[in-house]
Amino acid sequence: MSIKPLKTVTSKTITLPAANIDTDQIIPARFLTVTTKNGLGKHAFNDWRYNDDGSETDHALNGDFAKACQIIVAGHNFGCGSSREHAPWALTDYGIRVVISTEIADIFRGNALKNGLLPIIIEKSAHQWLLDHPGEEITIDLERAEVRLPKNGGTYSFNIDAFSRHCLMEGVDEMGYLSAQDDAISQFEKTRA
Amino acid sequence: MVTAETADHPATLYIDLHLIHEVTSPQAFTELEQRGLPVRRPDKTLATIDHSTPTIINDDGSRPFITEQAKFQVEQLLLNTAKHGITTHSWDSPARGIVHVMGPEVGATQPGMTVVCGDSHTSTHGAFGCLAFGIGTTQVGHVLATQCLLMRKPKSMVIWVDGDIGDDVTAKDIILAIIAKIGVGGGTGHTLEYRGKCFDAMSMDERMTVCNMSIEAGARAGMIAPDATTVEYLRGRERVPSGEEFETLAADWLTLTSDESCHYDREVRLKAQDITPMVTYGTHPGMAMPIAANVPIASDEAEQKALAYMQLTGGKPIAGVSVDRVFIGSCTNSRMDDLRAAAAVMDGRTVKGGLIAIVVPGSEAIKKQAEAEGLDIIFEAAGAQWREPGCSMCIAMNGDMAAPGELVVSTSNRNFAGRQGPGARTVLASPATAAASAIAGVVASALDVGVTS
Ligand code: SF4
Repeated sequence: MSIKPLKTVTSKTITLPAANIDTDQIIPARFLTVTTKNGLGKHAFNDWRYNDDGSETDHALNGDFAKACQIIVAGHNFGCGSSREHAPWALTDYGIRVVISTEIADIFRGNALKNGLLPIIIEKSAHQWLLDHPGEEITIDLERAEVRLPKNGGTYSFNIDAFSRHCLMEGVDEMGYLSAQDDAISQFEKTRA
Repeated sequence: MVTAETADHPATLYIDLHLIHEVTSPQAFTELEQRGLPVRRPDKTLATIDHSTPTIINDDGSRPFITEQAKFQVEQLLLNTAKHGITTHSWDSPARGIVHVMGPEVGATQPGMTVVCGDSHTSTHGAFGCLAFGIGTTQVGHVLATQCLLMRKPKSMVIWVDGDIGDDVTAKDIILAIIAKIGVGGGTGHTLEYRGKCFDAMSMDERMTVCNMSIEAGARAGMIAPDATTVEYLRGRERVPSGEEFETLAADWLTLTSDESCHYDREVRLKAQDITPMVTYGTHPGMAMPIAANVPIASDEAEQKALAYMQLTGGKPIAGVSVDRVFIGSCTNSRMDDLRAAAAVMDGRTVKGGLIAIVVPGSEAIKKQAEAEGLDIIFEAAGAQWREPGCSMCIAMNGDMAAPGELVVSTSNRNFAGRQGPGARTVLASPATAAASAIAGVVASALDVGVTS
């Protein structure tokens, strides 16, 4: 199905500065027995957000401020661990559209792009600025592949594959593109058989 | 490859083997349904049930699922695969098992193939010289519908381990040492190739342990070139041809090697003789150390937090720290070599009173073989539990889990906070070290409990 298009995002940021935030933190495995994609937002970072008795902790992610944010600024190597696409499903359902870090794990990055969640790997100085200025309103311009920081923080560009950018901006998924190659795939299968 | 990559488009990569299981496939089948698409190549798709499955059977023969939802998830997989004509190793199959144990065992994994699965430890199959990597559920849908994936070429990194390893050092210790060296994000964007005498001398079980944990270094794929050991492992397996046809295929496989002068984007070298039995002490697999050493002093806030979570003190030994549970299993260490190594340590010894040790074979075939060798009797006589095959405490989503605060010495692959249950503390180790820790009741090496190999 099509994904939610993303061209620009202007939002305040939630900062989660710990390095190596793994997918078991983003969505613990015991919530993976679902057979649909919906409604995982309430379990995003479950074990940080809830006590054993189900009551909410005082973690910033439970606050109204965080719930209104669309951008997470995370420590190095965000999303490492399992291939569970439940991680981007949980984040997007929580309301996140962009994750910024100095390193984002390969599988998570791929999964995020396929779900309208933009993973941005940014240079250290900009990352440090973001960590030093939690909650500032920043702008992501996908067309220009730029992160614009307020208060003379500067403008930083990031790398994104042209194809992924196109898919995200237009809200198209890859299935259509792959299906359109049906003839070439059949041809390939013949040469291999 | 169907089409090569360009500046505008990633390559279209054809997939030779698509493995599926209950956790990451249901939403992909729903997607196909909504689009009215069939499964393009059921014959190149192979399914099993492993993650949400109970590892005990009730007296009445029923299986105690942790929740109705877990049971439903398994039933959904069986319905989906039946509907699309996909071979499935379900309850009645002698080959059912953890997806990365089952694939090689039935001979579905063969050198030179592209192998994917909605599971990050698909890197395991790289032990056969496959390009094998984990994918998310959206891509599971792509492969079901088109047998293809869009992908850009990763960078390459070679990991040389030269020299001979010590008698008490296992494949798990080698890979933990590698991850400790390059870091949990060190392999991001790369495919790893493991080279050197150390890997040449390994069995396929050991090579799978190494390639399995490539993802713990951030690399989606890791591989070892096929050789005579690979060929002999595959000879006679269900999904490989026999006779003349096998010999032709095998000759082909043996050509799949990197030449001596091959260029890599990155090169890392370790000396085998420097590697000793390893354990992890923190909350990611890169925080690994020799079992005989002292826990490193935290150098930043994250490490302090990890040590606090683990209730360990920098500068103090890890050996001797009290253990509550031991888990021997997972796609990293649940094969015959692993179970034999654990049994050799437990043989004639007794699990420390109050400690719970569970041994979970990787597949029905391994369970059968282990029982034929009497390993189950050794484990049970020692006081360990002998379970039904599955992922079990590796991911703790079937109900097998530790209580908050408990310390688990585990042969699995991830020690993230809460991975084995909320608040559970995980120490990753080899089967020999896990078994020794079960006997000693504290973190201990095989040598510590008097086993000389
Ligand atoms: S044993 Fe663990 S790592 Fe392996 S497939 Fe199962 S859950 Fe994943």
